[in-house]
Amino acid sequence: MSEAPSYLSPTGHEIVFLLLGVVVVGTGLLVVTTRQVVHAALWLVVCLGALAGCYLVLTAEFVAWVQVLIYVGAVVVLLLFGIMLTRAPIGRSPDLDSRNRPVAAVVALATAAVLVTVVVDGFRHAYVDLSPGKGTAEEVGVAVFRYWVLPFEALSVLLLAALVGAIVISRTDIRGR
Amino acid sequence: MSSYAPVIALFAIGVAVFAGALLVNRLLRPTHSTPDKLTTYECGVDPVGEGWAQSQVRYYVFTYLYVVFAVDAVFLFPWATVFARPGYGMTTLVEMFVFLGVIALGIVYAWRKRVLTWT
Repeated sequence: MSEAPSYLSPTGHEIVFLLLGVVVVGTGLLVVTTRQVVHAALWLVVCLGALAGCYLVLTAEFVAWVQVLIYVGAVVVLLLFGIMLTRAPIGRSPDLDSRNRPVAAVVALATAAVLVTVVVDGFRHAYVDLSPGKGTAEEVGVAVFRYWVLPFEALSVLLLAALVGAIVISRTDIRGR
Repeated sequence: MSSYAPVIALFAIGVAVFAGALLVNRLLRPTHSTPDKLTTYECGVDPVGEGWAQSQVRYYVFTYLYVVFAVDAVFLFPWATVFARPGYGMTTLVEMFVFLGVIALGIVYAWRKRVLTWT
């Protein structure tokens, strides 16, 4: 964290970051507004990929590539499988909008307001030093295994719980023994 | 960020080659389409049913196992860079094996429930 420079003369980093942010917001809106469920998953690829680009600009290289591997790779595949399981045939589906739309909009706006308030309040004058080498796997390893061991172990329990849950739900064809 | 210039250049070249090949293809090829030509190629026989079929729920577990292994592998990288450092050592080693052990429990459960067998 160092002294904040003026907002009036954006650097190349800031411009790239802003452009990527526009892509993230735009594709995020497309995810929820498209009429084709599969297209929503594919727009999510673009959205999460652009977010990885944001991480790269902030020199969080390791997190960026984890984002590509886990979210763009694994989670979207999971999502596509979820879609293929629940809907057939898949095509344009006009019934995607539920009647909860106003409530959802209110919840979304409230969440966004809370997040923006907290982030702005917490990091108002903080400015990240963008010299490279701050987000390598080594730095992440130091942080995880020195300060964040408990969340790391809790993550394994979370993965286990989700795996057991997925098996229990999906093993209807396996008849209990 | 400037160290990523070659990556961006490579990505741009890849997109250019891919788009260029398709564009040249479109410009050069004759297009005399008939309904027969426009049907989906399905090993030479007439296609049956729709392009989308509902998949079995059991594939979801395989996909989720992939997610588990990906998350697992992702944490091995930062771990591998620090566990040999002074001040980490055995504790960090044990921490990682506790993590792997809990995940292994899930694999054992899947195996015991015969999710991994291909009937």
